Amino acid sequence: MRLLFDNVRLIDPASGLDRPGRLLVEDGVIVGTDLPNGDPVPDGAAAIDGGGAILCPGLVDMRVALGEPGYEYRETIAQAADAASAGGVTTVGVLPNNQPAIDDPALVRLLRARGDETGRLTILPYGAVTRACRGEEMAELGLLREAGAVAFTDGTKAIGDARMMRLALSYARGFDAMVVQHPEDPSLSRGGVATEGELATRLGLPGIPAAAEAILVARDLRLARLTGGALHVAHISTAETVALIRQAKADGIRVTCDTAPPYFDLNETAIGDFRTYAKLSPPLRPEADRLAICDGLIDGTIDAIGSDHMPCDADDKRLPFAQAMAGGVGLATLLGVTLARVHDGSMSLMRALELLTIGPARLLRSTAGQLASGAPADLCLFDPDRAWKVSAGQLPGHAKNTPFDGRALEGRVLGTWKNGRRVWG
Amino acid sequence: MADGRGTGFFGSVDANRHLLGLQGMHPSRIEPFLDLAESYVLLNRQRKTQRDLLRGRTLINLFFEDSTRTRTSFELAGKRLGADVINMSVSTSSVNKGETLLDTAATLNAMRTDLLVVRHAQSGAPALLAQKVEASVINAGDGTHEHPTQALLDALTIRRRCGRLAGLTVAICGDIAHSRVARSNIHLLTAMGSQVRVVGPPTLIPAEIDRLGVSVHHDMESGLDGVDAVMMLRLQRERMTGGLVPSAREYFRFFGLDAARLARAKPGALVMHPGPMNRGVEIDSPIADHPEQSVIQEQVEMGVAVRMAVLDRLSRSQDR
Repeated sequence: MRLLFDNVRLIDPASGLDRPGRLLVEDGVIVGTDLPNGDPVPDGAAAIDGGGAILCPGLVDMRVALGEPGYEYRETIAQAADAASAGGVTTVGVLPNNQPAIDDPALVRLLRARGDETGRLTILPYGAVTRACRGEEMAELGLLREAGAVAFTDGTKAIGDARMMRLALSYARGFDAMVVQHPEDPSLSRGGVATEGELATRLGLPGIPAAAEAILVARDLRLARLTGGALHVAHISTAETVALIRQAKADGIRVTCDTAPPYFDLNETAIGDFRTYAKLSPPLRPEADRLAICDGLIDGTIDAIGSDHMPCDADDKRLPFAQAMAGGVGLATLLGVTLARVHDGSMSLMRALELLTIGPARLLRSTAGQLASGAPADLCLFDPDRAWKVSAGQLPGHAKNTPFDGRALEGRVLGTWKNGRRVWG
Repeated sequence: MADGRGTGFFGSVDANRHLLGLQGMHPSRIEPFLDLAESYVLLNRQRKTQRDLLRGRTLINLFFEDSTRTRTSFELAGKRLGADVINMSVSTSSVNKGETLLDTAATLNAMRTDLLVVRHAQSGAPALLAQKVEASVINAGDGTHEHPTQALLDALTIRRRCGRLAGLTVAICGDIAHSRVARSNIHLLTAMGSQVRVVGPPTLIPAEIDRLGVSVHHDMESGLDGVDAVMMLRLQRERMTGGLVPSAREYFRFFGLDAARLARAKPGALVMHPGPMNRGVEIDSPIADHPEQSVIQEQVEMGVAVRMAVLDRLSRSQDR
């Protein structure tokens, strides 16, 4: 079974490749990226005319919450795969905050197998740092790692206890795995639902000081230095955090971080009329923070973009703001929102795609996210200029809680392939 | 929809149909409420107070939080205008059985409610209901967000006593952070041209409150210096258990209103309190009962007139 992508612009951030060309796939594996345009189609190959669109590695989304197991009413794995395929995503790192929490090796194996069963999505599970993500006793990190956990995190819950974080960084180091932290000091964020400041004051919503993020990050950077462990700070959202991590990297501390599209595309005014779809954790920030996140993406302080996909049921969101569940779906809008930073001139297309492919793949120790010969043909074909409008009611997948409802975007996925099989478009 | 993208603070709901808050309200919309309320004050002082403006209309007082004063005030206002008034409180409603706010909205629509007065412990709950009900929604206090009729009645009280609002200086004292009364008063008074000061310990002053156009004071002496009116806020017990204030006696020592502190204000300055008062915590009894300066009972009287004016204007907006 041979498949030729003809008349495409190949972009592979892993190798720096960006040129018009063709790509040949055989039995689900990339076999060539250097076939000159205009040569005859190789024998027996089905040709796909890309019409000049961009062909890049299938996107790697390093931060996704699945509804399975335990919250199937929010979104099943099959439904999440629909959203992923529509967004050009072929590999996801998934959080452990399920029911039960992913704190047992059997659950890691189950999730990996369930991903393979979809035929559309590679699931790379994070193992819980602590049992049931309760922050009390350490989970069996070694066994989780052996079963295929790519890193450790308590997901949406911060590891608040300094001793526990120290132990996790130290112990995980022995298994060559990073610890992923939700950066919010729990004692400062407790009860808060919006960034403390003028807007929260006007709305009468309990605030979380933006410093709650930097305070935990500063502590964790010291612990990373103390232990020599690898720290990954998830969905960073404030200027102060960017500055801390930038300095820590310069100091040689083993730290990496990611951010999510809401934090470089929206600011806190999105919650203005008590819009619960824009209630996120961490909460949306003032504009100055958004700009600092953009700078961090450009200068390399931030290593990856993860969608922070968090499916919520309508009944989780149709509540007074403080009572509504935090989180937004993001798989289907990951590429489009990231490209907004390319279209506004702040980031190169190569850098944007790096943050969505090889950047997160490296962090997850995955071989995905590159157009190398011999690599699985996980591919995303997209038109960077095709305009569309996000409409919550019409998103692929099951959950509709996008913070980007009504946002006009440029850049649309035309087709997604998993192991050489077309799964979308 | 709570999730729909709105254009303003209250989304796509018709701002003239509801009274959800005073933020951003222009004086040209505030003044008619006050003027109309003024005329209802006079009517209420006559022996025959019953009117039939709202005859055949249904007003539901939907209170998810305990309140005697505000609920009674709306009930009286509705009855004086001839409405059928029904009180629903949380203890008797199906909310305790797990019914959501929006289920309640559907029920109220089916009952063909015309005017819905809502009090809720969550900021934004009336705005959420307003997106789902056909009735005009009047916010009777939502969380720490707004309490617009309280601010209107406070403004009416001041205007009647001082003859104006523009150019006056008003100090709002106490737990600003958790006060919807403070926020609505700040929006209204600053819009009408008053100078507003907020006075309280830093733990009870919300972040960036100065952006709302007020000055911040952390001691009563400077905060009350030369003011025309002093609004005291109720200090709730849980602020002490929550560690924001160490004790009631310490609070009274530094932030309670007594004669010595009141003497810093302009001679004859008004003493106001939205009630219910904690005598000896935020206000000394002789000051609360001061025959000339305390207008606390007058505020209650103005409350009925203001709520009649609000019901009147909103019901007319429905007719259009």
